[in-house]
Amino acid sequence: MSLTRKTAAELGALIASGEVSAVEVTQAHLDRVAEVDPRVNAFLHVAAESALEQARSVDARRAAGEELGPLAGVPIAHKDVFTTKDMPTTAGSKILEGYRPPYDATVTARLREAGLVILGKTNLDEFAMGSSTENSAYGPTRNPWDLDRIPGGSSGGSSAAVASYQAPLSTGTDTGGSIRQPAAVTGIVGMKPTYGGSSRYGLIAFASSLDTPGPFARNVLDAALLHEAFSGHDVMDSTSIHEEVPPVVEAARRGDVAGLRVGVVKEFGGEGYQPGVINRFREAVDLLESLGAKVVEVSCPSFTYALPAYYLIAPSEASSNLARFDGMRYGLRVGDDGTRSAEEVMALTRAAGFGPEVKRRIMLGTYALSSGYYDAYYGSAQKVRTLIARDFEAAFHQVDVLVSPTTPTTAFPIGERADDPMAMYLADLCTIPANLAGNAAISVPCGLAEEDGLPVGLQIMAPVLGDDRCYRVGAAVEKAFEDRWGGPLLKEAPSL
Amino acid sequence: MTTTHTVMPYDEALERFEPVLGLETHVEMGTTTKMFCGCSTTFGAPPNTHVCPVCLALPGSLPVANDKAIESTIRIGLALNCTIAEWCRFARKNYFYPDMPKNYQISQYDEPLCTNGYLDVEVGGKTVRIEIERVHLEEDTGKSTHVGGATGRIHGADYSIVDYNRAGIPLVEIVTKPIPGTDRLAPEVAKAYVTELRELLRTLGVSDVRMEEGSLRCDVNVSLMPRGSSEWGTRTETKNVNSLRSVERAVRGEIERQAAILADGGRIVQETRHFHEDTGATTSGRSKEEAQDYRYFPEPDLLPIAPSPEWVAELKSELPELPTARRRRLQAEWGVSDLDMAAMHNADAIDLVEATVAAGVPAADARKWWMGELARRANESGTPLADLAITPEQIARVVELVSSGALNDKLARQVLEGVLAGEGSPDEVVEKRGLRIVSDEGELSSIIDQVLASNADAADKVRSGKIAAVGALVGGVMKASRGKADAGRARELILEKLGVSE
Repeated sequence: MSLTRKTAAELGALIASGEVSAVEVTQAHLDRVAEVDPRVNAFLHVAAESALEQARSVDARRAAGEELGPLAGVPIAHKDVFTTKDMPTTAGSKILEGYRPPYDATVTARLREAGLVILGKTNLDEFAMGSSTENSAYGPTRNPWDLDRIPGGSSGGSSAAVASYQAPLSTGTDTGGSIRQPAAVTGIVGMKPTYGGSSRYGLIAFASSLDTPGPFARNVLDAALLHEAFSGHDVMDSTSIHEEVPPVVEAARRGDVAGLRVGVVKEFGGEGYQPGVINRFREAVDLLESLGAKVVEVSCPSFTYALPAYYLIAPSEASSNLARFDGMRYGLRVGDDGTRSAEEVMALTRAAGFGPEVKRRIMLGTYALSSGYYDAYYGSAQKVRTLIARDFEAAFHQVDVLVSPTTPTTAFPIGERADDPMAMYLADLCTIPANLAGNAAISVPCGLAEEDGLPVGLQIMAPVLGDDRCYRVGAAVEKAFEDRWGGPLLKEAPSL
Repeated sequence: MTTTHTVMPYDEALERFEPVLGLETHVEMGTTTKMFCGCSTTFGAPPNTHVCPVCLALPGSLPVANDKAIESTIRIGLALNCTIAEWCRFARKNYFYPDMPKNYQISQYDEPLCTNGYLDVEVGGKTVRIEIERVHLEEDTGKSTHVGGATGRIHGADYSIVDYNRAGIPLVEIVTKPIPGTDRLAPEVAKAYVTELRELLRTLGVSDVRMEEGSLRCDVNVSLMPRGSSEWGTRTETKNVNSLRSVERAVRGEIERQAAILADGGRIVQETRHFHEDTGATTSGRSKEEAQDYRYFPEPDLLPIAPSPEWVAELKSELPELPTARRRRLQAEWGVSDLDMAAMHNADAIDLVEATVAAGVPAADARKWWMGELARRANESGTPLADLAITPEQIARVVELVSSGALNDKLARQVLEGVLAGEGSPDEVVEKRGLRIVSDEGELSSIIDQVLASNADAADKVRSGKIAAVGALVGGVMKASRGKADAGRARELILEKLGVSE
């Protein structure tokens, strides 16, 4: 079997045992990138040289008798919203075209420490704002299942890279569903850890109180291994939690649900949901029941208000977070011809450097925070946020995890929703509550919708710091489905 | 700079109007590192050398609050008799300006760390209580220099350069409540408040409070209302008044300016004004009639500040003796009057007198030298008393020489002059200038003989019983000895030689 078809755990073991070298594994993936990425456009930057160098260093360490970690030498695609001192970092925006940060994000540094080989930086919706990767200033990424469809977003480059076997692992960030939704529509696993469980230092901020780095992989165990590699407390991020990383790898290995109480969120389903998505979701719930889980319906009435609350809070924070991109210290600068004031140069730079969706959200947020409107918009949204957290709390008194479809539809065609922001925003309907409350949530594949033959995701939500439950349930579902399907869902994907 | 206003003479202004003051003071904390990153806060480093991803607001960087700065702010709040919040948050103040890297300032808005305190100050022998509205913590901006153009401000400049070394230095903002009822003492009250506050901050050791380096900056709010009115007028805010004297002048100048406008039937524009050190006048700055919308919201990158009551109580118990209490104690120890104490305070002499007393000098002597000869010299050269090139130990030595009879006061003054001029220690100056009292009886006797011989008239008067005339002879002896004679002994000897006894 080709090295690019293997799981991260398998590759790690092969490298650690010396059966293959990290350089061979890296080269195989770089070859795959060269072969398919011209069609997929998952990468904004491929760092072949530094990847091979990192691989050589892993091989040298192994040759010197050093014991390697489980992911040493395993290639990874890194979302271009994390700073990397040896590669450009653009956040998918023209305003940062060619920008090279002088420092590594904490996640980047931890990938390097774990011996992971960074193949390059992946495409995303500009500043992680979007659900399709169409908002990237560098062109859309395509879904490996159907190149005319979106790979989800904002971490669409990362989902497409893993789904098209360009990398066994990738990083993402999830602010309103930007890991889980792309994972769902590309038939892979994507996890949003508990807020504060993974460091935001060096993650170019979209919405500070929501942004959460997390892993993509083709199976639950790989996702857990990556989760463990880069998570945990970071002194550079004040909002990072001072707790041990939950035992995610152990939970992924265990993978059983016997005796577990599973809640089906009553509010998610019905109008606006694709029938094939609902059907696959119901089958997944039945499967859980057949595996020994106790399934009950749970009502979370405030979840209905999650989407509007999110579209006040996230743009508000974004309007402030993105103020620093003014052409004064780094990135694009427009109109500095010696006749214009600093204020004019700032305005021209921002007008030229930001795309339409980013501008839309900056304006939304600026409005929501303005004096006289603050209480009605930002203030009310924060109250909704509290209510959502209470709904979760009440639900987790009754059940151990909550489940829902990850996203209401399968991957939609590129361009279909580009001019309809509201339709685009609905893609995150089911994922947003976990962001607003800070909970852990994962998306695992649960089959193909009958209408279009495209992947559907099952979302499993757990309490704050209950990340291990996501992996435990996810692994159980994965194992049962793979038994039924005769292998991973991704084997159904067309070969590129 | 075209705004030359007519002003109303101060006395007339005060006859017709009553001032209401308000003071906002920004203090740079003396922490070793910045508010939200590990960069050094040392003043005077080459531009843009104390910077990092956080204080330059590079993409992805995050702030981490400086615990020491939070502690210092709480200590300031406690010293100002404030209530300390048990839970409060930082907030973002959003506005675009090139010297502010993030284009928002991390500050505090509706949840300040300390609220509702007061500071008592002494003005003209009476105590005025200044109510404190709030004390909060924020970060400083970078420093812009506008090159070209006439005003040194951004408008009209050819280009601007920014030094981000200052960006992110912890800044504490101390805001008073409106201060009514100061009447004609308003300028003195404002100055006394800033003086007292500066002393308090210095005592707490939280800042070096150097106004000239900008580590203590003052904004002065003034409004006037007609006598007998109870409704306050429109206020102006004079920014960055950077010396104690300027605080006083800015208040006075603004009273005179506003009074002229109001008396003329005009209207005060709510605005910031710039103070000009050279003229003492203020000129119009940014209008505040249409309040800028800073879109404050709680800073999501930082956790709330939640000081435990136990910790706050501990900090309170560890506060040093505060300036007012200390002055009361010293006054009792030194046995000086209220007036003398106030004079020493105003002259910034208390620390110096205390140190001199600690060096072994009786309090009365220490006070006499600092408030007399040394104050006069400081005044002449326009330097603060504390900057005179003389140590309390050196003064102690001079006082010792006087009390041992080796110097008289006049010679002592010359010794001090020599020390101040850098001629060395008191003993070295005495040696070099030959300032020891003529205690050799033989030498003194021969000087007296010369003086008596050349002042026969005066000598005769004394002989004939007009003892008062001896003064002229003693004067002659002092002159002939160039001040080195012991005047008392000379008098005795003269009378003896002339055969007169008192």
